[in-house]
Amino acid sequence: MIDVQVQTERFDSGAALDALAQTGAGAVASFIGIVRADGDVAYPDRRVTALELEQYPAMTEAALRSISEAATERFSLTGAIIIHRIGRLEAGEPIVLAAAAAPHRADALDACAYLIDRLKTGAPFWKKQHFADGSAKWVEAKGSDDARAAGWE
Amino acid sequence: MKIVYFAWVREQIGCDEEPAPEGAVTVADMLDLLRGKGGGHAAALGDESRLRFALDQLMVKSDAKLGNASELAIFPPVTGG
Repeated sequence: MIDVQVQTERFDSGAALDALAQTGAGAVASFIGIVRADGDVAYPDRRVTALELEQYPAMTEAALRSISEAATERFSLTGAIIIHRIGRLEAGEPIVLAAAAAPHRADALDACAYLIDRLKTGAPFWKKQHFADGSAKWVEAKGSDDARAAGWE
Repeated sequence: MKIVYFAWVREQIGCDEEPAPEGAVTVADMLDLLRGKGGGHAAALGDESRLRFALDQLMVKSDAKLGNASELAIFPPVTGG
């Protein structure tokens, strides 16, 4: 079972994990990304109030599905789910859920890391930070994210 | 062919899509033609190392041939998740 969703509203992580548990799995592993208020390392004194998530609508769902299919094959999963939010998200709100179900825990845990690592460098989303002082700045991609994604190649 | 822009590339160029100029064989050729428009195009597209590309919604390198693709996307490295 593969399920990918892009939406503005909050997701129900409990319902998503329950669905994965019913795929014949022995293990379900999940990652939830949250909007951090401490924000940009380059501006430690600027508090982030919100993020604005932009996507490339024609490409996003296909990219998420391709990442999920690759994970399913590589880790013999019984299911994979990615839910990613777009639009304006306040600090503390969940942005993304990536979860994997497999017969045993090692594949579920590894596949969960694979899903989010590949999403970070291969899915067309961009974050703009809005700071408490009214300024805004696009988030720069991190070399460490490229390195983590490359580690799966 | 249509060109679409995202994130700060879209903001600097000042539009989210436009018709592609004729005469480019590769993505890199297209970048050269677009930079020739000057202004926001030249500023946003000046440093290729800060850009990523997708042809018909698949990520490609700048040496990729445009072929019969109908959409070229130009955007910064992605920052989702």
